[in-house]
This record gives sequence, structure tokens and C-alpha cells, in this order.
Amino acid sequence: MLKCDFQYQHADFQLNIKLEMQQQLLGIVGASGSGKSTLLKNIVGLLKPQQGCIQLNEQVFIDTQQNIHMPMHQRKIALIFQNALLFPHMNVQQNLCYAEKLIAQPERKFPFEEVVELLELSPLIQRQPHQLSGGEAQRVSIGRALLSSPNLLLLDEPLTGLDTHLKQQILPFFKRMKDELDLPMIYVTHHPEELEYLEADTLKLSQGRLQGN
Amino acid sequence: MFSPEELSALYLSAKVALWATLICLPFAVALAWTLARHEFRLKFLVEACLQLPMVLPPVVLGYLLLVLFGNKGWIGQYLNAMGIELAFNWKGAVLASMIVAFPLMVQPIRLSFQLINRQLEHVAGSLGASPFRVFCSISLPLALPGMLIGSILCFSRSLGEFGATITFVGNIPDETRTIPIAIYSFLQQPDGEEFAIRLVILSLCLAFSALIANYFILQKYQRKLGA
Repeated sequence: MLKCDFQYQHADFQLNIKLEMQQQLLGIVGASGSGKSTLLKNIVGLLKPQQGCIQLNEQVFIDTQQNIHMPMHQRKIALIFQNALLFPHMNVQQNLCYAEKLIAQPERKFPFEEVVELLELSPLIQRQPHQLSGGEAQRVSIGRALLSSPNLLLLDEPLTGLDTHLKQQILPFFKRMKDELDLPMIYVTHHPEELEYLEADTLKLSQGRLQGN
Repeated sequence: MFSPEELSALYLSAKVALWATLICLPFAVALAWTLARHEFRLKFLVEACLQLPMVLPPVVLGYLLLVLFGNKGWIGQYLNAMGIELAFNWKGAVLASMIVAFPLMVQPIRLSFQLINRQLEHVAGSLGASPFRVFCSISLPLALPGMLIGSILCFSRSLGEFGATITFVGNIPDETRTIPIAIYSFLQQPDGEEFAIRLVILSLCLAFSALIANYFILQKYQRKLGA
């Protein structure tokens, strides 16, 4: 599974991560500024640790000693941000198919129809992103991430910005994903109750260090 | 409706402006992208060179083009040996228009690139798209309004280019006499004012059409993006 042992420093902030993730869903909680998003950005490849290594199963993403650095687009790690970040010049179907088109048919993990059904996206398929509510847009972004056939899914406070009602609508989808899909996920939030609902093993990130590992 | 001389000037202006716009576009996109996304030591120098044609008198530009690309110019002599002639030729008018209009095309494209939410590009990368694919499928389409505005500005500026063109390629009927040069020529003739006024009205119509087209294209694109 996922192994991280790295240091990342930016200005005065230092992130020291030692993590061996065996479970299918790992929750990470922490206050704002504790380094949650920085951790995910290092794993996905948006940031580069100064020292250490990150690997998923046998695939080494970065190893500073061996000078290995795999570019982000080759890692097969999907990242869901706080905002849905749908491509505004494409409709829902085009957003969903964006990554699917890059993957050969036999390598696709989740059939399009299955993802559409899981996330109840059928009524939205022809809409433009600006015609969607916040919750609908986030469901499309989850579907788009799944259709990229990732080996790891990172969720960076995916419910931030949604009201309580919409959160209650989306959380069951994450529960279904955990129960029905064979896909390791890291769920980062500063709301522990979301992780309790998802029954996730939880670590706390504080001042750039993981606690309870 | 139009005399052969007027039609010739109109056709030549459109041809020069279209070629200038088409040739400028890929270079403008590349430079706008570089300036919007990268920091480098000599950036200030590139910025200054880019803006130079905007502040230099057009006649000075025309003279510099003559020195560089004239038949016996520093570069022109080699081009001439290869059979490429720019001075006193409509292709030279394209070059003069390109130099003058290029900064006008770069700025809106650069602004469009700067306004793109970088996280959209990051998402595309995390979904497996290579940097080149991200550029083609996300950055470029989202910069389309800037490219349209830049192209229309470049086309319109090329239609109106006078100083650098007349200095570099002269005033040759059917070869380099574009609309502004034709207006100038008619105004030099004792009975030419009527023709000049007709061309002035034509220029106004062309400029208005370009700006109105610009407006509607942008409206349509903004509706698509939900802006």
C-alpha cells in the first residue's frame, strides 16, 4: 500500500511525514495550517519533497536518494479539491470522460455507467457546470476522478463550502465508494464527524507531523 | 459601387491584415504563455522589446525594417539570395503590420492565461493528462476569449497601419497600396477627396464590424462559461 517517509519545507513550515497506509480509507484530521493540503500535494506530485520517498505498492513516485521523480500525470492518483473545479468549457459528460479517454479500454477500472449510477449523475449529464448546484458539481468531480481509474484517491476537504444539507447528501456517496469500490482513499478534513460517519481509521496532523500512527 | 482602385486597396488591406494576424497568432500565444507563467532573469528585456513598437514612431520602425530587410539590408540580402523579397512588396507590408500589431495581440492573450484558475490545470494533470495535453485541452480553450480579442486588435491595427508600411514598402498600386495609403494618395490629388471620403467610410465600417463581431463572439463564449 502507500508508504511515505519524507520532509517538505516551505518558508518556516516543515512537514515531516512517516506513514504506512494499509487500510482502504484513511482519515486525516487537523486544524487549518497543519499541513493537510501540503501532504496531499506532495503525494499527488504538485509539490516535491526536499528529502525522502513516497511509494504506492511497488511504484516509487519519489525517492530523493535515487533521484527518482515521477511526474504527476503518470502517478494515477486522483485528487479531489475543496471546490469541484469542473472544466467550465465542457459539459458534465465531457468532464466525466476527460480522463477516461486517456486510458485504454482494458485498463479502465470503473465502467462509465456504473459511476453514473453510483453517483446518480444521469439527470445532469448534458448540463454545463454553471447549471449545477455545489453538491451536484462535487458529485461530478468525484465521478470524473473515479473515471481516471486511479490507484489512489485523495480527498482534500471535499465537503468544505457545502451547507449541512448538501453534506448529508454527499457523505453517503463516499460511504458507498468505500463499501463498493476497491480503491484506497485518503480523506482529509477538519471535521472529525465526517470520518466517524465513514468509519475511517483516523490520524491527526499537527504542526506538520502525523500523530496516532 | 467601388472603383477598381478602391477594391484593390480593400482586397490588399484584407490580405495583409489576415496574413499578419495568422502569422502572429502562434508566436503571440507562445510568448503570452511564457510571460504569464514563467519568471526568468531577462524578462524585463523581453517585455521592453515587446512594447517597443508601441512607443517608437512608425516611420522609425519602417526605416529599421528597410535597413534590416531591404534588398541590400543586413538580413534582406540573404533572403533576397533565397528568392524572398520583402521591401516594396505586399509581403513586406505583412511584416510591417506584424511588428506594429504584435504587442496588441500578446497582451489580451497573456491576461487570459493569467486569469485561468491554475487548479483546473492541476486537476487535469492529476487525471493523467500530460503538460502538453493540459495546455491544449484546458489552458488554450480557456484563453480563447483573449485570443479572439488579440486577433481582432491585430487585424484592425494591421488594416490601419500606415507609417511603417509606406516607409518600408512604399506606395505601389495593386502591390502595397492598402486603404490608409490609398486615402493618403487620394488626398494628394486635386480631385481625390471624394474617393478618400468613400475609403474613410469603408474603414469606419470595417472597424465597427470588427468590434461588433468581437462583442458578440465574447458574449457567446461568456454565456457558454456561465460568466
